[in-house]
Amino acid sequence: MTVQEWLAGSLRQPGAPGLRALLVSGDQWRRIAEDMAAAGARLGPLWSSSTQETGPLVHAAYLTQGSGLVLALPLTDPDNPYPGIEDLFPAAARMQRAIADLSGLRSTATDSRTWLSHGAWPRTYRPLVDPPLSQLATEPGGNAYDFVRVEGDGVHEIAVGPVHAGTIEPGHFRFSVVGEKVLKLEERLGYVHKGIEQRFTQLPLLQGHKLAARVSGDSAVAFSWAYCQALEGIADGEIPRRAAWLRALYLELERIANHLGDLGALGNDAGFAFGLMQFSRLKEYLLRSNQEVLGQRYLLDAIVPGGTARDLTRPGVVSLGKRIREIESEVGRLRTIYEEHAGVRDRFTGAGTVSAELAAQLGLTGLAGRSSAQPFDLRVDMPCQPYQEITVKKVVLSDGDVAARVAIRFDELRESCRLIQYILGALPEGAHCTPVRLPEEDILGVGLIEGWRGPVWIALQAGPAGTIRRCHPHDPSWQNWPALEHAIIGNIVPDFPLINKSFNLSYSGHDL
Amino acid sequence: MLKTLRQIASIGIVSEPPPESDDSLRVHAGLQDQIRAVLGRALCIRHIDAGSCNGCELEIQALNNPIYNLEGLGIRFVASPRHADLLLVTGPVSRHMEGAVRRTYEATPDPKLVVALGDCGCTGGIFGESYASRGRISNVIPVDVAVPGCPPSPTRILQGILAALSRSPTRASR
Repeated sequence: MTVQEWLAGSLRQPGAPGLRALLVSGDQWRRIAEDMAAAGARLGPLWSSSTQETGPLVHAAYLTQGSGLVLALPLTDPDNPYPGIEDLFPAAARMQRAIADLSGLRSTATDSRTWLSHGAWPRTYRPLVDPPLSQLATEPGGNAYDFVRVEGDGVHEIAVGPVHAGTIEPGHFRFSVVGEKVLKLEERLGYVHKGIEQRFTQLPLLQGHKLAARVSGDSAVAFSWAYCQALEGIADGEIPRRAAWLRALYLELERIANHLGDLGALGNDAGFAFGLMQFSRLKEYLLRSNQEVLGQRYLLDAIVPGGTARDLTRPGVVSLGKRIREIESEVGRLRTIYEEHAGVRDRFTGAGTVSAELAAQLGLTGLAGRSSAQPFDLRVDMPCQPYQEITVKKVVLSDGDVAARVAIRFDELRESCRLIQYILGALPEGAHCTPVRLPEEDILGVGLIEGWRGPVWIALQAGPAGTIRRCHPHDPSWQNWPALEHAIIGNIVPDFPLINKSFNLSYSGHDL
Repeated sequence: MLKTLRQIASIGIVSEPPPESDDSLRVHAGLQDQIRAVLGRALCIRHIDAGSCNGCELEIQALNNPIYNLEGLGIRFVASPRHADLLLVTGPVSRHMEGAVRRTYEATPDPKLVVALGDCGCTGGIFGESYASRGRISNVIPVDVAVPGCPPSPTRILQGILAALSRSPTRASR
């Protein structure tokens, strides 16, 4: 069957516009995956849920041209493995392992190593199924892990982490190298797994956006918006027009703040400290404007169910507009300096290349994907409000190296500055928030927002009396971490920090 | 090159004077005098993310921007706990990081200071304690100064670091 035929039999999926829902059998689950892969669709999140009525289910979400399909596969016999799709969508491998760790549901995949569990809780304990543990052993268990060994003359391993040399998040990287050249990198993540999904079930439905914002602090707006979109979808709640526009303003501010930070750090990693000083100065000015106008440097509590936490005043509009104009003109000047600097260009060009072909095969997504000719941006492809009214210029580059991931940040930063000026100029009048009524139990809502790093998903089901039955957040880092293992092959070890930074993936958003 | 120099010259020096230390953030007093006697204000910090959402990390990174200009105060981040005088720890301590946090603490030479950063570091925050989280930093290693906030601003972080360093008004035993 074609993807269109599968879509024709689907139902409307509450939440983000353009999503469809389909209940499938194990056989269909596999056939849809094959048809999706053949049609060049991309895999989003893969997660499990359970209700009393249905028993355990696994879900998958795919994105195709202009629409998305959310699958639900009921597992009649949970001890029988469900069909894995990691041969078709490599990013599924780790998500399937994570599902096994957290809910005990196994796939047919051959890699049976744990992923998010390092042995700190009993192997029999299923955090997303069993009640919270009251008593835990005081000493965490063993964390031996079977890394894939590379053997041969002169091959040696370099083990890095979990505590890294810089101010970054913890994770473990195992390099197999000859001399300085990297033959293989294997990542081990899960160090900052702090039980976010179980924690969601202990929070009131109308407070869950706060935890969503803290899934990955650098993408707080994207996650809290996706949460609210899912919630408003299942509660049939329309938000005021002004609220949608304010949310887009926050999302673009978040994009600019992160791009400024990354552009500085990338210059620094290429030995050009001037870049770090200049860009971190601009970022600080932006955060101070956020503080002055929106009451927060980072917009962790800016989006709430039904709208936004506060309104934007007239002087706030003027002040933000002025700041964005300044940043845009300074970044333009700095871009010329980066582009004309021979040393910086030398480090950026050709480092950590992911070809368009490999990117498509691995499902490289978001900003990194667009740097490797994967032309997908939800703000254009499946626009929610207000992006249906604001035309975003999609940026796609094809070199797939660090230089491309730097260039795309410059381009997207400029575009976000333009969008913000447009939003500030055309901001609709009216309320910035409206009450949201409680939804029915167990209906699945799916939020989907193009964060600065890529598509951010939230799958949400309400429990009784304003509780959360299940909430699964999905960061695009799930797709892109495996691609980093490929991007580093053949590069030298000292270029790893630069290449890693050019992706700037989230540990917390992945480890949950 | 000319453009780079012109940019540097036109921006000039943007560093602001540091805030006063905020001694109310201190939860332990005693070590400060000893460390200050040896180091003055030349302090080496090792940051550990024990399970944070990465919000606190963004504000720690801001300390190195030219406006807060941390290095101008003689304080810098180092790549190894063996070079550090102070551990700046964020997040609730995930159970997967518990061992690494303890080992990093043990690898830091005495006398040492620990600053717990953010609401999660101070109380466990929104993540609390669970099968995967040990909650606040002081559940795992001794803490001298706790700086709340989600995330705390660079100014608050700096006040906390300076409080860890400043002369204690009254000596309390650990």
